[in-house]
Amino acid sequence: MSLAAITINFTLNGRLVSADVKSYHNVVEVLQTQFALFGARESCGQGLCGCCTVLVDGRPVSGCLHLAVFLDGAEVVTVEHLATAGLDPVQQAFIECGAFQCGYCTPGFVMMTKALIGQHPDPDDEQIRDYLSGNLCRCAAYPEIVNAVKMAARNSKAGPTG
Amino acid sequence: MATATLSGGQIGRSLPRLEGRDKVTGRAEYTHLMQLPGMLHAKIFRSTVAHGRIKSVDTSAARKVPGVYAVYTSDDVLNVIAEPYYGPAFHDQPILAIGKVHFVGEPVAVVLASDPHVADQAAQQIVAEYEELPAVFDEVEAAENKTLVHAELKPAGTFADLKHLKGRKGTNIALDFGLRRGDVDKAFASAPHVFEHTFRTQKVLHLPLEPHASIADYRDDGVTIYSSAQGPSFVRTEIARLLGWPENRVRIKVPYLGGGYGGKLYIKLEALALAMSMLARRPVKIAHTMEEHFYTITKHPTTFRIKSGVDQDGRITARKCEVWWNGGAYADIGPRVTQKSGFTASGPYDIDNVSIDSYALYTNLTPAGALRGFGIPQLVWAYESHTDMIARALKRDPLEFRKQNLLRDGQPQATGTILKDTAIEKVLDRIAERLNWKRPFDRGKGAVRRGRGFAVALKAVISPTTSVAIVNVSADGSTTLYCGTVDMGQGSDTAMAQMVGEVLNMPAESVRVVPRDTDVTPYDMGTLGSRSLFHMGLAVRLAAEEARAKIGDLRRELGEPEGSNAPLADLFRKKYGMQAGNIVGTGIYKPDYIPPDANGLTTNVTPFWMVAGSGVEIEVDTETGHVRISRLINVADVGKPINPKIVETQLSGASLMQLGFSMFEKMHIDGGQVTNASLADYKIPGMHDVPPVMENEIVDTYQTNGPFGAKGVGELATFGLSPAIANAIDDAVGVRLTELPLTAEAVFRALRAKDNKPLGDE
Repeated sequence: MSLAAITINFTLNGRLVSADVKSYHNVVEVLQTQFALFGARESCGQGLCGCCTVLVDGRPVSGCLHLAVFLDGAEVVTVEHLATAGLDPVQQAFIECGAFQCGYCTPGFVMMTKALIGQHPDPDDEQIRDYLSGNLCRCAAYPEIVNAVKMAARNSKAGPTG
Repeated sequence: MATATLSGGQIGRSLPRLEGRDKVTGRAEYTHLMQLPGMLHAKIFRSTVAHGRIKSVDTSAARKVPGVYAVYTSDDVLNVIAEPYYGPAFHDQPILAIGKVHFVGEPVAVVLASDPHVADQAAQQIVAEYEELPAVFDEVEAAENKTLVHAELKPAGTFADLKHLKGRKGTNIALDFGLRRGDVDKAFASAPHVFEHTFRTQKVLHLPLEPHASIADYRDDGVTIYSSAQGPSFVRTEIARLLGWPENRVRIKVPYLGGGYGGKLYIKLEALALAMSMLARRPVKIAHTMEEHFYTITKHPTTFRIKSGVDQDGRITARKCEVWWNGGAYADIGPRVTQKSGFTASGPYDIDNVSIDSYALYTNLTPAGALRGFGIPQLVWAYESHTDMIARALKRDPLEFRKQNLLRDGQPQATGTILKDTAIEKVLDRIAERLNWKRPFDRGKGAVRRGRGFAVALKAVISPTTSVAIVNVSADGSTTLYCGTVDMGQGSDTAMAQMVGEVLNMPAESVRVVPRDTDVTPYDMGTLGSRSLFHMGLAVRLAAEEARAKIGDLRRELGEPEGSNAPLADLFRKKYGMQAGNIVGTGIYKPDYIPPDANGLTTNVTPFWMVAGSGVEIEVDTETGHVRISRLINVADVGKPINPKIVETQLSGASLMQLGFSMFEKMHIDGGQVTNASLADYKIPGMHDVPPVMENEIVDTYQTNGPFGAKGVGELATFGLSPAIANAIDDAVGVRLTELPLTAEAVFRALRAKDNKPLGDE
């Protein structure tokens, strides 16, 4: 616990930032305690539920397993960055399709969907299920989530709304 | 008066959730994510034995870890709270173990530190020694009272029917509910057919993705507790009792919940957080990891022995039900689950002779409480499997056999309460129609065989319970609702706003629903058992109606012509000379209820009945035992839905949750030790577990005493799924499973046993 802190510099939601982190700090902890960003949150703590998903250099990672020191020099995007100019089409689609209940897992699903659509602009059901199989929703809004992903894919071509 | 008619247009609107924007942007507030200035983090040191006397707890090494603020055990707790025991039915659960531990995972000591990593590391330095005592894990064994979990029973005094248990010794039975209707023994003696089966359910748990969390901020003149609690009013009462304080010095604040499902009811971490904050004189946060839920609260495992007598015409003449509920080491709400679900243990059938015995048992396991159904899913699993087995044994069509014996409106249910507003037959018919039950069915070929099955259920809502609501119209006409119902994902804030909007003729989106805070939101018994939409809904409607009546009075007082539609803001300005004042309406709802007599009978057991069923089509791979659900149908009687889209999501979500409990979820326990306490080892349903076809139907009904014809829905789709699948497995391959979960291994073993080639134990 008495290990020295390491200074890291990275881009967070479009801005250059630096943070002093310990070697055992994970991404979620640093985002929450040093940047007051709570959209990525730890739930299972094992990288299985996807509640902690953030994009690092464009790739979705589990923030509860990804050590903060590895962010040095990286570009990090969290769910808070999506709605800077109105809601992102993914967020809008999740609302319109009722694709959540308690909402705890939702930012993780939103970020994963963002990555999915980036990779597959017109995902089919199988692609959606496979891509999102690492995200868990205990309220089990899965059918609505699949609908939301499809709507988001359609509307992403049109740009932000709301 | 323009607002006199219900023309708000808000009922039946599939309005997206009011808090949707906060949830998709990651800004919704949850206790697990909250931080207070100066806050300490707590990490819990837990028991490693199932039953034992605490010989010593050595905290010296933990105290020496740099950065540790303090380490506390029950000795410290006893210095600040004289009687540190809590619980809704029994005051049996200590804040930290005192003298003995009663299950593996029971909190024994706590480390506080500013850095949670420091607290975690220090907690691992604590060493406890125990003198191990004999432990009991099975509910039927526990009923024999050979190994005792507690020396003496300590009922809370909250419930009249538990008072006789005070001070009772030599027993593990925390409640025995009995119901006697007619004479089952005589009916069995004269019945040409008698069937008896025993069914079991496994230990599973809620696992909301937001684990339990509480933050207590204790001062000498008051305490504020932020908590992921489903029942803020109960928490306030119980914390005030522990402190010996009036309730108004205790403030409970509950933001959104990241799931609850019954796991966040009553006291969970609140009392421990309180004690820690009292000792440390700093705000203290306890936030569980996912693993710790396995040591906090679970669903009741059950054993249900059910026996039915059937006459030559196929009428069920007698049914005897014996249910053992494995309540774990502390009663939690188990005695209520035992009694309230006991009322309907014989199912939705018209049976003249009924005997029900329902036992709440203490065992040396993690305590059990309510989980989305308040015991009903365990009962339906047994009685709808049993009913199907009888139909098949008598070579009767399972649909026709059920319809012949079904309860209908106007008939007395087993308790003697007359059924009203129950669409049981309609639900059954709609499932059968969707399954094309009367038409031939493709039974598959080769190794993969197909089958179908269904089940239907009845539940009496928990009664009697009270809800209070306040509607406040501000001087600009904008309206605020204060109600203690906790929105944990069921969409209650949205539904309640729709009801206010309906009465006051304004869009639901414009109604502000105040987050739960016992300093401002009035009493509510708790967000549980699908009671809120009905009970709080009626209170909200009454509050809004009172506000509307006062608006009418104001219009008349100001000399507004009859039928005037002058904006509310104009009325306030006219009355007070500026934008000032309020109109406040209050509403209280508590249903009538008659407690059961010595025979468990009552003519008023519930203000409304809950009715739902499920049907499935499945494929069984006879070479592996793997069961694939190809079609899942849920049909429910929800009265008139306030928000059809949210209702459908509730049905679909409840059903998929129950799919996990039916097919694979199980806490594996070895000598009292949970061996799969993580999401890596305990699988919950994911994307790939969703059946390719899911259908959810709301039958067209109206609950005459409900708010705008509505009633509760949250639990409905959990009721019938497990037996529907077991019935379909029997239909497909002719084997009958009587224990959950319905794993491939269980099916394969049953197939091999049927072929007289049983597999060995390992």
